Order: sequence, then C-alpha cells, then structure tokens
Amino acid sequence: MADTATLMPYDEALERFEPVLGLETHVELGTGSKMFCGCSTTFGAPPNTQVCPVCLALPGSLPVANEKAIESTIRIGLALNCSIATWCRFARKNYFYPDMPKNYQISQYDEPLCTDGYLDVEVDGKIVRVEIERVHLEEDTGKSTHVGGATGRIHGADYSIVDYNRAGIPLVEIVTKPITGTDRLAPEVAKAYVTELREVMRSLGVSDVRMEQGSLRCDVNVSLMPRGSTEWGTRTETKNVNSLRSVERAVRGEIERQAAILAEGGRIVQETRHFHEDTGQTTSGRSKEEAQDYRYFPEPDLLPIAPDPEWVASLKAALPELPSVRRKRLQQEWGVSDLDMAAMHNADAIDLVEATVAAGAPAGDARKWWMGELARRANEAGTALADLPITPGDVAKVTELVASGALNDKLARQVLEGVLAGEGTPDEVVEKRGLRIVSDEGELSAIIDQVLADNADAADKVRGGKIAAVGALVGGVMKASRGKADAGRARELILEKLGVQP
Amino acid sequence: MSLIHKTAAELGRLVAAREASAVEVAQAHLDRIAEVDGEINAFLHVEAESVLAQARAVDERLARGERPGPLAGVPVAHKDVFATADMPTTAGSKILEGWRPPYDATVTRRLREAGLVILGKTNLDEFAMGSSTENSAYGVTHNPWDRSRIPGGSSGGSSAAVSAYEAPLSTGTDTGGSIRQPAAVTGIVGMKPTYGGSSRYGLIAFASSLDTPGPFARNVLDAALLQEAFSGHDPLDSTSIDAPVPPVAEAARQADVAGLRVGVVKEFGGDGYQPGVLARFHEAVELLESLGAKVVEVSCPSFTYALPAYYLIAPSECSSNLARFDAMRYGLRVGDDGTRSAEEVMALTRAAGFGPEVKRRIMLGTYALSSGYYDAYYGQAQKVRTLIMRDFEAAFHQVDVLVSPTTPTTAFPIGERADDPMAMYLADLCTIPSNLAGNAAISVPCGLADEDGLPVGLQIMAPVLGDDRCYRVGAAVEKAYESRWGGPLLAKAPAL
Repeated sequence: MADTATLMPYDEALERFEPVLGLETHVELGTGSKMFCGCSTTFGAPPNTQVCPVCLALPGSLPVANEKAIESTIRIGLALNCSIATWCRFARKNYFYPDMPKNYQISQYDEPLCTDGYLDVEVDGKIVRVEIERVHLEEDTGKSTHVGGATGRIHGADYSIVDYNRAGIPLVEIVTKPITGTDRLAPEVAKAYVTELREVMRSLGVSDVRMEQGSLRCDVNVSLMPRGSTEWGTRTETKNVNSLRSVERAVRGEIERQAAILAEGGRIVQETRHFHEDTGQTTSGRSKEEAQDYRYFPEPDLLPIAPDPEWVASLKAALPELPSVRRKRLQQEWGVSDLDMAAMHNADAIDLVEATVAAGAPAGDARKWWMGELARRANEAGTALADLPITPGDVAKVTELVASGALNDKLARQVLEGVLAGEGTPDEVVEKRGLRIVSDEGELSAIIDQVLADNADAADKVRGGKIAAVGALVGGVMKASRGKADAGRARELILEKLGVQP
Repeated sequence: MSLIHKTAAELGRLVAAREASAVEVAQAHLDRIAEVDGEINAFLHVEAESVLAQARAVDERLARGERPGPLAGVPVAHKDVFATADMPTTAGSKILEGWRPPYDATVTRRLREAGLVILGKTNLDEFAMGSSTENSAYGVTHNPWDRSRIPGGSSGGSSAAVSAYEAPLSTGTDTGGSIRQPAAVTGIVGMKPTYGGSSRYGLIAFASSLDTPGPFARNVLDAALLQEAFSGHDPLDSTSIDAPVPPVAEAARQADVAGLRVGVVKEFGGDGYQPGVLARFHEAVELLESLGAKVVEVSCPSFTYALPAYYLIAPSECSSNLARFDAMRYGLRVGDDGTRSAEEVMALTRAAGFGPEVKRRIMLGTYALSSGYYDAYYGQAQKVRTLIMRDFEAAFHQVDVLVSPTTPTTAFPIGERADDPMAMYLADLCTIPSNLAGNAAISVPCGLADEDGLPVGLQIMAPVLGDDRCYRVGAAVEKAYESRWGGPLLAKAPAL
C-alpha cells in the first residue's frame, strides 16, 4: 500500500501518550435458521443456495424475527451482567451497498436489548473490568468478492460477485464503553477481552465463534491522549481483525502510528482503517468525516420485543457456569498456581486439559503434556493446540501407559509424535514402533552386564564408593536399550550387581 | 341479467349449484374486458388462457365435491402490487417491468385457495403513490362514469374494473385512502380493513405501518365475502393480528342500525368541500337517523394534522422500502456497460426507473429521517399519530361508528391536479386518519353530486377490529338507498 505509515517505537509511544480503547465485536449466532426467514445458516454452502424471497429482499417479502436469536442475545446480555430491556424495537439502518439486499440493515438503534454490563478479564495476574455499553441484535449482510485488482477490495476490482448465503444470519453486536487506564497493557487487554468474550459465547453455546470463518469479528477503536491530559483524542476504527493475535497487533500498531503523527503535531483523522495480517499495520479506509447518515427509524415491519421478566429470570437462572468461574473451580480442583492457570488459559489449553482429566489422566500429567510437548509441537506446526490431530483421550492413554511403567517420558514423546503423524492410537503406535519399555529383568540384566563390561573404569569407581558415577552407567544402559529401559530399575540392578548399597 | 351484471354472491351460488360453470363466468368477463378495457385501461395484464385454466381447475374442484367457499368460481381483478407467481408484478413502475415473482402474496394464495379466478392485474399509481392512477408508468385509467375523469387512486384500475363490470370484485391496498377514495369516485363499495387484519406478505410495500389490503365490490355483502376470503392471521407478516376475522359477511346481511350511535366528525366539512358532496353527506346522515341511529357530532381536533403527519410518515417509510430497487437482483438495470461502478448503475437505474411522484416522496422521506431533522419531522409526526389514535379512542367511547364524506370532491378531470401535488394530496383528507390509527373504514355510495352528476361516497369508520360495524352500517345505508333509487347507484352510470 502507498500510505506506509511512520511509526513511533511502542515504549516511546507509551511514555508520551495514554491509549483509550473501544471494542465492537460481532458474533454470528449459531441458530439453525436466519434472523428473519427460515433459510439455513450452514457455513460453506455453494454461493446463493441458502436464500429465499425474504433474505434476497424480493418485493413484498417481510421479515419475521427468530425467537431463538432473541433468546440467545438476552442470554449473552445476562452473561455480561447487562440490564435486559423490557420493551425495545428493531430499527432500520439505511445505506446502499450491493451485499445488503434491502439496502437497509435491520438492527437496533437507541433501544438495544441489553445495556450496561461488564466483563472481567485477567491480564498479568490483574483483573481488568471492561464495561459493556450495549448488546444488540441485527442481521448480517451478504459477502462481496471483488475480482481483479491488486487489493481484493472494491476499488480497482474488475468486477464483484455477491453471495447472499450470509445475508440475514443473526448477528449480535457487543460494544464496550471506552476502556481507559490500561496503559501499556492496552494490546493485551484488548486480546484478553476478545478471548474471554469468545469463551463466554462458547460456554453459552450460542455461536461457534470462529474468527477465521468470520463468526466472530472485532472492530478495534483506538485513540491516544498526551500523558497528563484528560481530553480524549480522535479515534480510529480498525476492521478486518481476524484473529486474537491480530487484535493485539492492531492495537499496538495503531498506537505506534497515531503516536508518530501526534508527536509531529499532526491530526488523527476519524476514519475506518483496515488491518493487514502480513505487516501488522493498518491502512486508511472510509473516512467518517464523509460518513453516511444512516437515517435510523423504528422497523415498521416488526413488532416491538417485550421480553417477559419472568422468562428473563428463568434464562438467568439457567445460565451455564461462566468461564472465569469455571477456571477458578478447575484451578482449585487441579491444585495449580495462578501462573500455571494463566499459562493454560493463554494457550487455550483449559478445555483440553479438562477433557484429558475427564478421560482419566491426573491433572498434573494432563497439564504437563499439553503445555509441554504438545504446545511445542503446535507452535512448530503453527496451529492451535486444539487443532492438533490428537484427542484428550489419546493423551490420557499416554499418561496411563507412563503411570503403569509401560512407557517412560522419552518413549511417551515418541508415542505422541506417532499419534500426531497419523500412525494410530497410542496403543497402535506403541505396537508398531516397538516402544514398550524393557521391563523383562533377564533382558535388562544382560544389557547391564554388557555395559559394565564395556565401562570397567566407571564400574570400579562405583565399587570404590563413588556412587555418583552410576549415572554414566545408567546412561549407557538407556543408550544400549534405545531408551526403552526403565532407568530407575536399571540403577537398582547396577548397584546390586556392583555390591553397593544405595 | 347477463353474468357480468350479477353480484359476486350470486355468481358463487350459480357456480356452486353448477348452474353456470366457472369457465362460462370467466369467459363472460374476459369478453367484457376485451370490449371495454381499451377505453378504460383498468388492466395491465390479462392472459385469457391462464384465466380459463384457473376457471377449469375450479370447476374440477367443485366436480370432485370440494367446496372452497362462497366465492369459488367468481372472477377477481387483482391490484398489480400483489405478488403473483404466474403473472408479471410491476407495482405500476418501470423499475419492475416484466418482473415475475417466484412466489404468491398471501392474499393471492388465499384468493386461489378460496377458488376465486384471478382475471389479471390492475393499474395503479406507481408503488401505490397517488390519488388518480395518473402516476402509473403504464398509462392512465379512465373513470367509467366519465372517461375524461380519474378513477381515483392508487387502486384506480381496481375501482374502474369493478365499476365498468369487467370484474365483480377486485383487490386494492389502502395506505392513505387508496381503496376508499377510488370506490367513492366510481360509485362502488371499498373497504379498508383494520391494519393487520389482512396480510401484507407479498404486497409490494409503500408504507409498511399503513398499507392495508382490502376489497372492492359493487355491493356491501360482496365486499365482505371477499374480505373474509383473503383475511386472517398470517405468520409470514409479523404485524398481522392473531385474532379471528370479524364476522363481516354476517354483519353485511344484518344491515341494521337501530339504536346504533353514529358520530359526525366535526372537522370534516366546510371550506374545500364540494357543495354537492356535502349535500349528499348530510342526506346520508339524515337517512341514518331515519333508520333509527342516534346521531351526534363528535370533535376529533387532531384530525386536522393528519395530512401533514401522513406526508412525513409515509414518505419516510417509502424512502427505505424502495431502497431495494437497485438493479442488483431483479428489475430494471440501466448503465451496466462494464465501465460503471455498482453505485453508478444503482443511481442511473433509479433515476430512469422511478417516476416523479415516487422520487418526490423518496426525497421527502430521506429528508425527514435525516440526522438533525428526525425529531422535528418524523418524530413529531409520530406524536400526531398518537394524538389521532387518542381522538379515535375518545370518539369510540361516545359512538359506535364515525361518519364523514369519503372525499372532499367527486372525480376530478384527468390532468387537473397532475402538476399540483398539494391539491392531489387533499383527496385523502378524510381517509388518512384511519390509516394512521389503523382502524377499519368503508366507503359506500350515497348518491350523485348535483354539480356534475358524479358519485359521492359515505365513509363509515369503526374501531380497530370493528370491521363488522362498517359492513353493518354500510349495508343498512345501501339497502335504504337501493329501495329509494330502485337499484344500485351504478345503474345510473352511462353505458359503456
């Protein structure tokens, strides 16, 4: 892009300015049918196969609100500690765009379903309370693909095609109040908030919240004010932030960019910016100063929503255990430190560890494998832990084999490697690779005899009382057995053979 | 009496008794259309083969022993603003020329289920915006009483078709008077049901909170039978009322006003009203008294503000409802030569596809909803709307029905108000309050104005879901007048 921005190093930017954040998150609800018609919402169907007169906005068609979507929105609001409206309306947001069939979006304006909540997130061992301004329900647009041109955006494209399968999928928008006081942790707070929000959605079962598929999308608002100032700066809104990591990078990048402009006496333009995954930077989009007037007015095709307070109370009573509460409980059950728990949370390993424990593994072992060997493998492969081709059941099986003495840790790593390579279940990998530990006393004894004969010096030292020298002999046994020997047993046998009391 | 002069109820009886086939009845009306519609231009689309096929199917249903309803085999002319899967649907606009919907409107579907035979689609003011049918992109429709005059609007094709005996029944939509005013100026019966009593699904929207499908007929009972055929709750329309249809046909047969309290709306009359219209109206009030009704004057002060409120609310909704006509998915597309952006093609298409009145209202509405003007215009209009509802509520505590002239004047000459939107808008002065409040209102003929010998309509307004009262009073008035006149008013119309 032409408008490569000058950046100020992050540390310097934070010395001079204080960031204020705002996050607008869109969550596609996982309802079976669309917001205002009966069309399917399944992701990935051939273009324009999940459409009808209503979601294509054919003349004369009318919307009918999806009650399940209203219920899900209220549950989200309750989970975020919001007040639920007793009466509110949908509103039309008017603007022309080819992927929006009616050229207005049915949304909510000044009467959102849920208002004034909060979500506590943990960053660096501290709890940060992110206040929620509103949670409202609307419909998604179709999806435009711009063909030709360099950027994949509409400008410069040869032509555009539109898929209306997504048009009308229920979309919940969650808007925070301005988040202040985060200081240099702003990027981490933003990421932690979206992460926590995603977990809340998962625990409620209202969405599959897959950022890469767009079922969770985040717009990041950032402004800076000089240290000591109380007046907020002009904010920008960054879109196209499609991963948790990008949320963090987008905030950081925007702080660095704005700081450089402000430091030179420049002015921040209130605008929409696009995040670029490859560079971690943003480029200018539509300027809000020439922004449209959406001409909101109450949607006359739909009746007001008036949730019965008793029903809302029953939804509240039936909320599942929320992620932060669950983490507290699991931490106690597992007996792990705050730091270890935070590490598991950051690595998205809690569900996996919990499932592994449920499959019979001790918590410590489950955590050790997921956070150790498997985290390393995931990192190498550049995938999420949950996307590794191994199940918690497999991991539980490996811990069981180690506990029973059939594997040691070294062999266990080889078993995991085999499972990840698609060689089968842990038992099958053990079988195919011949990884069972040498527990046959006769075989082990023969290997030890050979090692003692080959290392007479070391054997003499041990006989002479330098018990520390036994390590070299055990190492020799492990080497000779290609790691399959039980090291502890080998040590005992060596000392016994050398006539030394351990 | 030929088939085309019979009532819908009688035609339904003849077909059910197999004394006439649905095909014969349809053919008689097709013949009449072929004979007179060149002069009237009530229809935008008539396809004889498909009409006869529908009629044959009804005859077969009856032969199998099915009894779809009292109007099975009766022809109906359908306003071209309802989606019909087997006929083009244009809303009177160039922007939808040739569009064939892939689906039927709920009203269309119910007409078919009840065994009615859809003769074709009738002309209208573009997107139902107008009071004269002069705003159609497909030519003007002529009033059968005097072909130099307008048939009312927006449902002018439907009023003309019924008053010219091209159809015994027709459908219309009433957003500010678009059924009652055309019925009044063509000497027939037109009813605006309670808002939400008849489904809007598949009705091309003008103003969502006001649009109401309703019937036209040459007598009160026929209108009631048609309303019953297509009304009732529709899960596809969220604003449709989930309640039984008021017993309108029963009320039309009752035709009795003894003991009924009738309120004359004080605010309607005086300046701007044609003397002949007022004379006929006052006679109608006297007639009601003579039939045993208790007549009182009722003041509804907010009605004075109904017209300006309407011309903010309706254009606001229309500016949004008509945004979907953008050349992307259906209808006209202008300027798509491979060099222009989607935005330019949208703009060129809308500039070429919409007529001047539609553009005027889109602009009015866009302005009224704009940031900084919303409260002063749309917001204020909604407050007036609430006040009008309260006026009705208060009035219906005192009386069972309210009456007024349906329109301030009789049918005006074609072209007279075409360049004067304000004069045109005044045609709906008396009808608009019931749209804003959502209550039921009917227009029934009450004689001819002395000045021009043209029909005058009496409007009878009833509370929400009080549709049956409109029919009960309307039928009583009709019965008294027919015995006085020796037949329906329409019999006085010059022959075509």
